[in-house]
Amino acid sequence: MVNWANLVSQMFNGLVLGALLALISSGLTIIYGTLGVLNLAHGAMFMVGGYAGFVAYGYTGSFIAAVFCGSLFVLLVGVIMERGIIRHFYNRPDEDQILVTFGLGICFVEIIRFFFGSLSRSMPSPPWASGITSLGFMFYPTYRLAVVGIVAVALLVLYLVLYRTRLGMIVRAGIEDSVMVDSLGINVYRIFMVVFGIGAMAAGFAGIVNLPVAPITPDIGDAILVQAFVVIVIGGVGSFPGAVLGGLIAGEILSITSMINPGYSYAMLFVVMTIVLVARPHGLLGTQGRN
Amino acid sequence: MRKNTQNFTVSRRALLQTAAGLAGGALLPAGMVVSALAEDHPALGTYPAGSSGSSVFVGISVPRTGTYAAQGEDLIKGYELAIEHLNAGHELMAKISPNIKKGVLGKQVKHGIADSEAKPNTAVQNFSKFISQDKAVVITGSVSSAEAVAMNKTADREKVIYLPGISGSNDTTGKDCVRYSFRECFYAETAARAIVPVLIKTLGKDKKVAFLTPDYTYGHTVRESVENHMKEGGWTTVTNQISPLGTTDFSSYLLNVANSGADVVVNINFGRDAVLSTKQAQQFGILSKMTLTLPYNTPFLAKEVGAENMQGVIAATDYWWTMEDKYPLAKLFNEAFRAKYKSNPEWGACCGYLQLAMWADAVERAKSFYPPDVIKAYESGAKVQSMVGEVQFRAADHQLIRPVVITRGKKPGDMKNPEDFYDVIDIVEGGPLMQAPDAFGCKLGSST
Repeated sequence: MVNWANLVSQMFNGLVLGALLALISSGLTIIYGTLGVLNLAHGAMFMVGGYAGFVAYGYTGSFIAAVFCGSLFVLLVGVIMERGIIRHFYNRPDEDQILVTFGLGICFVEIIRFFFGSLSRSMPSPPWASGITSLGFMFYPTYRLAVVGIVAVALLVLYLVLYRTRLGMIVRAGIEDSVMVDSLGINVYRIFMVVFGIGAMAAGFAGIVNLPVAPITPDIGDAILVQAFVVIVIGGVGSFPGAVLGGLIAGEILSITSMINPGYSYAMLFVVMTIVLVARPHGLLGTQGRN
Repeated sequence: MRKNTQNFTVSRRALLQTAAGLAGGALLPAGMVVSALAEDHPALGTYPAGSSGSSVFVGISVPRTGTYAAQGEDLIKGYELAIEHLNAGHELMAKISPNIKKGVLGKQVKHGIADSEAKPNTAVQNFSKFISQDKAVVITGSVSSAEAVAMNKTADREKVIYLPGISGSNDTTGKDCVRYSFRECFYAETAARAIVPVLIKTLGKDKKVAFLTPDYTYGHTVRESVENHMKEGGWTTVTNQISPLGTTDFSSYLLNVANSGADVVVNINFGRDAVLSTKQAQQFGILSKMTLTLPYNTPFLAKEVGAENMQGVIAATDYWWTMEDKYPLAKLFNEAFRAKYKSNPEWGACCGYLQLAMWADAVERAKSFYPPDVIKAYESGAKVQSMVGEVQFRAADHQLIRPVVITRGKKPGDMKNPEDFYDVIDIVEGGPLMQAPDAFGCKLGSST
């Protein structure tokens, strides 16, 4: 006998969880799709964003300022990372990129641990989204509802930038053939720098938005990174709509499985990923992928 | 080759003693020959290599990353303060045991720290490294019972004494007990026996309970113990939400709890998992609808989730700093800790400090670092003073008999200072809380 109230509330919770995963994964997939870099420091960007937001909130006491300043900071970190290290690895084997970004992730964790210690840090929900809202079939934290809206707007902005602007057109052209774009007189590497920054910012933004939901610690990005990779594998590596779809699917799997047996929720995520990989090796919305 | 050399040593010593007996004008009685042989100490574990110089080495393996990192750092503070006090001959050490002098058997104590990440395999690797590279005479530390159990087995195999740090599973001194391990802290069964009667008395009979359980030995044994004892009040379980260690989003589990109709939430999660689950439970309105309780309270929890979320919450713990009003040694310990670290100690620090102090006491009483002798000293039932009164190890399972402290979260307005989170409402004597030594299947192995 299915308890429909439970099922609906878990499905709704899956949507909220999935929205956040979609945002984090979209940053990861944009970087991979454009630059071909498997950025294992992406989880660290989520964490750095959270701490940047925490610091900004400490100074200003404003949620909006925390989101704005924190995001800008991660954008800057992403740009510096790309200029200083990542660009030297564009033409190197995948394993080199994986190792260097993995190492960068560890460095970020240790730097943050040095300055902030291991105790968790958090930020309160903004006053306009605090408390609990009745949805008729369940009570739900108001801020988590707000997260869906905030993430939807962020994803829409990302979509518009990628699909409705000149920058986005160049980025997408770069994904297809970066040599051709370069030969057309467009400084592809400058575009790459911006793309890496935007990708990092998507994770950092998610880190800040998540701060009132779950307090952060230096290594919180580790679990997020694994989930983000599962999401983009399900959705299709390099596909922006795939990241969104994959995020929503992952959120629903985690939530609904946990209603039946919480112990199996993460296992089920990987089971679904495996089924998708077997049926569609390039993911649900992926294409042939990069060479 | 080494064995032959040892045999030669034995024969030579026996020979000399026999000669001495003969010189005394009497034959050495048979019993004394046996005794002379038993006192001989063949190489075992890191003995004698680890204690042949002017210093001995203590290996500390605790999580410095992951879910239990903050608790690991707290333990380290306790260990380092203890080592400093042992080397300096601090008055607190002398008050814990008059046997403790400067150093341990006159040797300075050195130490090394390795990150276990709360993973059993990493902890075992650290253990092996401390033995092979540093010839550690004792190894200590754990926050997860999974790593404590793994280190127990390694200690028994390698014949090196191991002292768990924080470890709440019944198994650590239950089915996974070993001759070479000695646990200081309270555990699932004692926690349940101490806290459940307080809960039934406070909240009444026939309550519905929801459990939040981390998915490993600690979580499951705590749940079982609490569940067994709550039957006495007619309490029943309506849901048991099992989450993997290191979960960051508890929303799915909390929705199940919110929909379960429970009156009481027993949160067994520990470390960061406890912080995240408690904070998120507050967001879901669970804390205002149901009564939260923590049978194994996480150090720093109140600091991280805020006093407003902890007010009225009944929890069992190992040590709370305001106990200095009752115990003089707690006061001395807190003062030394504050002088060094500028904060109050949590119970990880107290556990770490006491473990090394009790080890030094056992070594001093054994007058040797030879592991079987130290184990005998531990098993003699000797009492030492501690920050929670007089305590002693139970020989049958190597579990310290010590009280369990029951606290209740203060209202933010009642706090006298920023760290005054709890009222100590009961200090439950340890002996009656403990089960029969073999109730959880403990079978100590041999010491040699």
